Amino acid sequence: MMTEGMQIRVLVAKPGLDGHDRGAKVIARALRDAGMEVIYTGLRQTPEQIVEAALQEDVDVIGLSCLSGAHNHLFAQVIELLKKHHAEDILVVGGGVIPEEDIPLLKAQGVKEIFTPGTGTLAVVEFIKKHALPR
Amino acid sequence: MDEQLQKFFEKWDEKAQKSVTKNPERKLVFTNASRLSIKRVYTPLDVAGDYLDDINLPGEYPFTRGVQPTMYRGRFWTMRQYAGMASAEESNARYRYLLEQGQTGLSVAFDLPTQIGYDSDHPLAAGEVGKVGVAIDSLADMELLFKGIPLDKVSTSMTINAPAAVLLAMYIVVAEKQGVSQDKLVGTIQNDILKEYAARGTYIFPPGPSMRLITDIFAYCAQHVPEWNTISISGYHIREAGSTAVQEVAFTLSDGIAYVAAAILAGLDVDDFAPRLSFFFNSHVDFFEEVAKFRAARRLWAKIMKERFQAKNPRSMMLRFHTQTGGSTLTAQQPDNNVVRVTLQALAAVLGGTQSLHTNSRDEALALPTEDSVRIALRTQQIIAFESGVADTVDPLAGSYYIENLTNEIEAAAWSQIQKIDALGGAIAAIEKGYMQREIQESAYDWQMQVERKERIVVGVNQFHVKEGAPRGLLRVDAAVGEKQIQRLQVLRSQRDNQQVRVTLAQLETDAKSTANIMPSLIEAVRAYATLGEICNCLRNIFGEYHADNLL
Repeated sequence: MMTEGMQIRVLVAKPGLDGHDRGAKVIARALRDAGMEVIYTGLRQTPEQIVEAALQEDVDVIGLSCLSGAHNHLFAQVIELLKKHHAEDILVVGGGVIPEEDIPLLKAQGVKEIFTPGTGTLAVVEFIKKHALPR
Repeated sequence: MDEQLQKFFEKWDEKAQKSVTKNPERKLVFTNASRLSIKRVYTPLDVAGDYLDDINLPGEYPFTRGVQPTMYRGRFWTMRQYAGMASAEESNARYRYLLEQGQTGLSVAFDLPTQIGYDSDHPLAAGEVGKVGVAIDSLADMELLFKGIPLDKVSTSMTINAPAAVLLAMYIVVAEKQGVSQDKLVGTIQNDILKEYAARGTYIFPPGPSMRLITDIFAYCAQHVPEWNTISISGYHIREAGSTAVQEVAFTLSDGIAYVAAAILAGLDVDDFAPRLSFFFNSHVDFFEEVAKFRAARRLWAKIMKERFQAKNPRSMMLRFHTQTGGSTLTAQQPDNNVVRVTLQALAAVLGGTQSLHTNSRDEALALPTEDSVRIALRTQQIIAFESGVADTVDPLAGSYYIENLTNEIEAAAWSQIQKIDALGGAIAAIEKGYMQREIQESAYDWQMQVERKERIVVGVNQFHVKEGAPRGLLRVDAAVGEKQIQRLQVLRSQRDNQQVRVTLAQLETDAKSTANIMPSLIEAVRAYATLGEICNCLRNIFGEYHADNLL
């Protein structure tokens, strides 16, 4: 849990070629309205670019959004690269069109939570506030 | 009569107000998705104007009631389910299944690497091959995709934008190999790059060269593929990205204005290409608003083409459109409820006079649809067409005080948005300045907040929950699809005549650098089995790539 007064820094990222960024942008704005500092990567980011941006911006949280079905491949790569850079303390959450049956594996790999369609922004805000670690 | 009605109405309104103080209405203010306020009741007082000028008969300017005189009494709308996944063989099997089930046109979904002009073995394609559509790397895949499907008998719509010219070239050559000449081909390419920058995200090149590719297609098809719809100017994705109905109409028609202006600037005569322009809209949750939206869009486009672009041919003024039910309105919760949502949305599209329709499947908030789900979606259209009777008279909601008033309101609101975009320098400038993107984002956030405050109820999401298990039997694209596709690509590269590939790509490069029409050299490159990635890389080197600003 972060201590009171520290601003949580979040990287909202779109890995892969998916162009659906409505959800990512709505979440980004909601996190900002909840007092967090939010950086949005824009579309078509490779896992390498995302991890590089996360390290450079010294974020506490990475939010990955993918609606193309490539989540298993792309999320796992982000987690792997974070480990390689000894940055596994960065909280990673994900969202998008992700079938229920993929969630256990993603969580086992290190994605802390997957938010599926219909999740309210408040639930995401609360989760991040509770689980983000001070860096 | 109006004066008498006015007096009578005022008395009635007083009475109604009194009753509201005793028994309040469900809401203080009723609004639709475009935030236009909805009155308690509509009367002839709300429908000023001249019938012949504003509404007229079906098939007559300004086409408010439809683009043909008989509409669905002649022929139903084309039932066209967007489909494609995994490999060309698997998609081919799905197309044949849909045709057997009574579908009347094909609609091809390509995977993201294809849509962005990367071969399946490109590093950025990893994990994406065959996921949201079929992977097409070369003419060889396209031959498999349409194997056994006679291209002179079906109409094919292809959701392809940045590399639309390449896929059209492939389609032309596949047809030729089937013995079907290009002048017989019927179908559509989406080919609408502006909404890619504004809402959908599968752009490759910057706006300038992208517009040149589009006008080259207009010119080529006007001469050689006269029955082809050269563009499908799309509001669908703008709406999916979060816009309101009014913004959907305004931004789409603004994009349309930009294409027409570009083609005229490129030296084409408006009546040579405008009859082949087509549109694509969303059918969303608010039933009457959607019906009115389609009618308003038709009238507004007719006026724009006649008054602004001086079109003479009535076909140039007709807004013909495809509709897809609203993907973002589907819920992952209690997915069977989506069948009902889709039915209402499909009905709105039919009552709005659509030329073709895709009905979403109940499981699409979770994955690509299964065959069973797609069949229900198609059956929904067939029940509306064959059982409900709504298609037996043209534009049956015309004359409804509410519908006509709402049609006027949406038209007026969209027109004022279009004028705003004109003042910014037109659609391209508005997109480059981030105007459309910001407007869409604002509306998307506003919608989400309405849902979270429960001002907008989404059944199963923010009310009427049940405890449910994980949905079963979802479609999964085999992870091995990518590997197989890459193997096939490597075999192709080793077996084709690579000298011929080099020669045709060199010619393509020469033509791309000049002002020549690019289609003939594209067709030759495709015929030599140059891959989509090779062709797009050649063009990337000349045209450059577009990079979006990351607006928040």
